[in-house]
Amino acid sequence: MRWALLCPLLLLIALPISMLLLSWWQVDGAVWDHLAEHLLPRLVGNSFLLLFVVGLGVTLLGVSLAWLSACCEFPGRRWLDPLLILPLAFPTYVLAFIYLAMLDYAGPVQTLLREHWGLSPAWLDAISGPVGVIPIMIIAFFPYVYLLTRTSFANAGVHTFEAARSLGHAPWRVFLSVSLPAARPAIVAGLSLALMETLADFGAVSIYGFDTFTTAIYRTWLGLFNLQAATQLASLLMLFMLVLVLTERATRDVRAAQPERSQSGRRIQLGPCLRWLATGFQVAVILVGVVIPAVQLLIWAGPDLASLFQSDYLELIVNTLKLAAWGSALVVIGGLLLLAASFRAKRSISMIAELPAFGYAIPGSVLAVAIMLALTGLDRWLGTALAGGLGALLLAYLIRFLRIGAGSLEGVAAKIRPQQLEAARSLGAGPIERFRRILLPLLRPGLIMAFLLGLVEIAKEMPATLMLRPFGWDTLAVRIFELTAEGQWERAALPALVLVVLGSIPSILLMRDRWVGQTRSSQ
Amino acid sequence: MNTVRLLGAVLVVSGFFLTGCQPADESDIEPATAREAVEPVAGVATEPQQTESNPLVVYSSRQPHLVEPLFEEFTAQTGVAIEYINDSEAALIERLAAEAEDTPASVLITVDAGNLWLADERGLLQPLASDFLNERIPEALRDPEGHWFGLSVRARTIMYHPDRVDPADLSTYAQLADPQWEGRLCLRTSRKVYNQSLTAMMIERLGEENVEPIISGWVSNLATEPFSSDTRLIEAIEAGQCDVGLVNTYYLGRLIDEQPDYPVEIFWANQDSTGTHVNISGAGVTTHAPAAAQARQLIEWLASDAAQQKIAGSNFEFPAVEGIPLHPTVEAWGEFEADSMNLKIAGQRQVEAVMLMDRAGWR
Repeated sequence: MRWALLCPLLLLIALPISMLLLSWWQVDGAVWDHLAEHLLPRLVGNSFLLLFVVGLGVTLLGVSLAWLSACCEFPGRRWLDPLLILPLAFPTYVLAFIYLAMLDYAGPVQTLLREHWGLSPAWLDAISGPVGVIPIMIIAFFPYVYLLTRTSFANAGVHTFEAARSLGHAPWRVFLSVSLPAARPAIVAGLSLALMETLADFGAVSIYGFDTFTTAIYRTWLGLFNLQAATQLASLLMLFMLVLVLTERATRDVRAAQPERSQSGRRIQLGPCLRWLATGFQVAVILVGVVIPAVQLLIWAGPDLASLFQSDYLELIVNTLKLAAWGSALVVIGGLLLLAASFRAKRSISMIAELPAFGYAIPGSVLAVAIMLALTGLDRWLGTALAGGLGALLLAYLIRFLRIGAGSLEGVAAKIRPQQLEAARSLGAGPIERFRRILLPLLRPGLIMAFLLGLVEIAKEMPATLMLRPFGWDTLAVRIFELTAEGQWERAALPALVLVVLGSIPSILLMRDRWVGQTRSSQ
Repeated sequence: MNTVRLLGAVLVVSGFFLTGCQPADESDIEPATAREAVEPVAGVATEPQQTESNPLVVYSSRQPHLVEPLFEEFTAQTGVAIEYINDSEAALIERLAAEAEDTPASVLITVDAGNLWLADERGLLQPLASDFLNERIPEALRDPEGHWFGLSVRARTIMYHPDRVDPADLSTYAQLADPQWEGRLCLRTSRKVYNQSLTAMMIERLGEENVEPIISGWVSNLATEPFSSDTRLIEAIEAGQCDVGLVNTYYLGRLIDEQPDYPVEIFWANQDSTGTHVNISGAGVTTHAPAAAQARQLIEWLASDAAQQKIAGSNFEFPAVEGIPLHPTVEAWGEFEADSMNLKIAGQRQVEAVMLMDRAGWR
């Protein structure tokens, strides 16, 4: 039964991934020697640095903001809270080119400082250099941690915190020893999404010239004309991610169950100073992650705004929405299948159920090439026409973003009690009724979250969409690519702005507690 | 399952009948020859059925705003509709390779001879024996066997800020490795194929052992980390972050277009030796082109006077055909001697070039 659920997914995903693994059939020694001597030591080092600093950054930022939003009371909280998710609506490459264009030597900020005050601060120089991609990624990826952790904190409520406080422990110690461990699964789930995005990113790192392992993949493919060695590198990247997540899974304490939803709705009242500090902190993050980039896009797009209504933008928007909706629906279904297969299963099966979700760590164009090779191979064998169709692109979305579906459902799955299902069965409820009346209400928040996150991510996806889209399926991301191909980023401001506005709708919905935040335990 | 197949077969067959009969009713042209005809045929142009006049499919990595007006003009003049997909060169080449004989694409258009060479090397382009093209496109700008043809020319040369650099101090690409440029040079990342092609051509001329010290010299003269775009590089010269750089000239053209007194100047490199490095955007007919005749028609049309004038007028590049008037901005840069070595070399030596750049630490 479990295998019947798991097998179709495993097969679908095995297609492109086996293409990655098959690349090891033949190893080009000369290329590997070159890579090992001149590229890999530095690039692997860079990648680890990026993983470590971005990981630390998104955790600190995401967890602290989540705690403030979920458990504390301070001025403006209601207004600021939903805005904190909005950096998610910006594609990372768009954030990257906005900030680079603003902050580099020839950009407006440094020019102003230089010409009016004769200032040339070294730190500005530094963050417009290669390491500048680190803060960009932290801003772009912290919402994953924030979103998942906030839900977890909100469900736990503050009563355990207050109980521990009443025993005379300092607030910090209570936070670290009581509240934080309870939220660990959520933090880890958000962090692993952020780290996989970090590893797979090519757009932002190449805009900033920060060379990572992904750079080596592309350099081998495009510069050394060696796609085979490039896919070998990509399969190593995937393996690394696999080891990381399986280690986490193996060490996870299964007894640390999700706490029951607290119904109190009480919040910690911060002191007079701290209250305003909290407000200032959230405002600062929103300024950097949302307001400043949005204003810059508006300034660039200003002269073009009229063309929004006369050109083919409507078609681009419709295409973007359709692809995002279909792809996201697939991601939700895939996530459900994985959940069903691994629910209360032996550890070995639940480990295998992790496998299909690893597409997230494969850079988009490598995945696209693998899918294209696999499908054209199938086409030739079976006489089908899969490779040129929409199905190829949707398959790419499913593989790339299945992790989002699986991750979103993981949290709510812990709340399913087999006894309830047993009881329903003994009362004569059929499988459909049991699913509809017991599972669906429990899973609903996770399903909605998976769908909304999927929408945002797929709308932003660029490389696989570029490579696998059939004729007439240009999207906003495709338009951004076309306009930025020659490095004139400000020309792409209009499609980027439209994409951000579209992406912010599901992002804001993600913050609606009513939908995704709480699971009303079915009393 | 079987009913679905049956239904499909019925649809296909009836489609054949519909499309096969209709033109015969209206005119005497036989569908088979109409499809192959190079000249536009009235019956085909007005034919409402899509299957009869299949659009010519083009895979292009050029920016849409540069190719679309050309395609529209071509369709208006010939009646051949064009459908195109825009993507990066590498993706298009992999797409062609994976699709093999099933590809819908008849034409590949990319920038940089290195990309066209690669497509050819992988057997994705077929030779085109066209006296018209051979006569109009200079030898250095096309594949000797006719697998691809340059359609526009771009020069990658030295740019400098006139307030901070005396052009008398400039001479060759190699001379930028001189210590006098220490902390004054800006380069784009070596990931960009433009730099890879330039290095490849230098390797062919000077030999790997002589080029490596030059590239190392450039790297040690860098004022800052390599840029990810030519435009930002020129802006850095303007802003004073560096004094000289290597850039494709049309990027400066675009900036001059917005600000006519833009204070960055062009220096034509290697005028006393090899000539300035040039590269192309170009096109070739795919090996499994479903519409080879129309593909040829498009490429020949792109080399016509009318199309070349459009090309010269739109992106501050040079037309591939000699004698076509230049854009006034481009003309103001003055005449220069271009490197006349065949651009095939740029592809042939690209792997060597990339490895050399890695060894020299050019990121």
